[in-house]
Amino acid sequence: MKYLDEYRDPAMAHDLIERIKDLSASINRKTRFMEVCGSHTVAIYKAGIKSLFPNLDLISGPGCPVCVTSSRDIDQIIRLAELPGIIVATFGDMIRVPGTTSSLQEEISRGAKVSVVYSPLDALGIARENQAKKVVFLAVGFETTAPTIAATILQAEREGVRNFSILSYHKLIPPAMKALLAEDEVRIDGFLCPGHVSAIIGSTPYEFIPKEYHLPAVIAGFEPLDILQALFMLLMQIKGNRPAVEIQYSRVVRPEGNPGAMKKLWQVFQPADATWRGLGVIPESGLVLRQEFAHYDASRQFDLSVEERADPPGCQCGQVLKGLQRPTDCPLFGRVCNPQQPVGPCMVSAEGSCAAAYKYGRS
Amino acid sequence: MCIAVPCQIVAIHDSTAIVEVGGVRKEAWLDLLTEAKVGDYVIVHAGYAIQKVDAENAEQTLRLLREMLEREGDNQ
Repeated sequence: MKYLDEYRDPAMAHDLIERIKDLSASINRKTRFMEVCGSHTVAIYKAGIKSLFPNLDLISGPGCPVCVTSSRDIDQIIRLAELPGIIVATFGDMIRVPGTTSSLQEEISRGAKVSVVYSPLDALGIARENQAKKVVFLAVGFETTAPTIAATILQAEREGVRNFSILSYHKLIPPAMKALLAEDEVRIDGFLCPGHVSAIIGSTPYEFIPKEYHLPAVIAGFEPLDILQALFMLLMQIKGNRPAVEIQYSRVVRPEGNPGAMKKLWQVFQPADATWRGLGVIPESGLVLRQEFAHYDASRQFDLSVEERADPPGCQCGQVLKGLQRPTDCPLFGRVCNPQQPVGPCMVSAEGSCAAAYKYGRS
Repeated sequence: MCIAVPCQIVAIHDSTAIVEVGGVRKEAWLDLLTEAKVGDYVIVHAGYAIQKVDAENAEQTLRLLREMLEREGDNQ
């Protein structure tokens, strides 16, 4: 397929791997790079890149939208699904995420109405076809997803659909990167920045990484050559001591991102503090609907108050999301917690680092 | 949640495109990429085209990478 096969060229990958090995060996310490995108996590495991370089430590950060959703937010979703006359519409990977007492899957078996959709527009379609019900879409995702929800809200407004609303658990990636860098215990030598988040936001929001933390950042694509080239670029920045934000995935990411999509995002949403699993509350790292779109905000329409409960005992998702532990360091990994019976969200989502580690290699 | 596969636009009706990837056709909404044209390759996420694939840039990335690897190879 065009724009895929040429980025999987084995001969070029082989040469590039040798260059990276030489370059990383010439830096006299082990170098640690973090990716903050679930699709990168999967791509790195799938291509076998994780274990290729003895002098490179590749760690996963908070890049899986489902995984960073807090237990309390999952409990709210369960509370919503229990209410009468509600249809919950969601992307598929939320279904099996356990809250502190139940999951959407368990609620379905108790009679809750939950529809898995591919696009928020499909959820709007369900609302049109079920006028007697209230359809609530679970808006989970980063900057890539938020404009698609914003465009759907604008469409609902144009059509005058009133039985449609969202629960916004959107999160923003650059504030999470900033919060990680501010933590003393977290050691990162550079970031592999997400390709499709950056297709929307561009490269400017990462400028604080070289400027304030003197660290390299490279926006990468998702094919093996993309990731290898991005690692090479990160190492070259370290070697030359010239940290900057560079775009490897330039066929899709422009420095300015997608201004039209950003305009719609900010038309509908405004920033708000958000709670991330593992990272806690990060200022201005979430999105809530603006006042003029408050009638689409399910959290204002329904009583979703839940008791504060602790995360599942033993689950290390929080530490894994900060890159402080590998999935295999968790005492539950592969034994009590596996993709069939996940304890934490990092094992549920296909993009979660525990699920990827389980599927592609237990390193 | 991202589909990283570039899809080609084969038709556009109002703000909806028909895109094709690997012989499969599906709909993609163009509200977030109004400038897209038939023939363009686009990244589709949650039903919306979110960005165009720049053909010239794609070739340049590969050419530069190839040149870099050949140059480095000559030095050894």
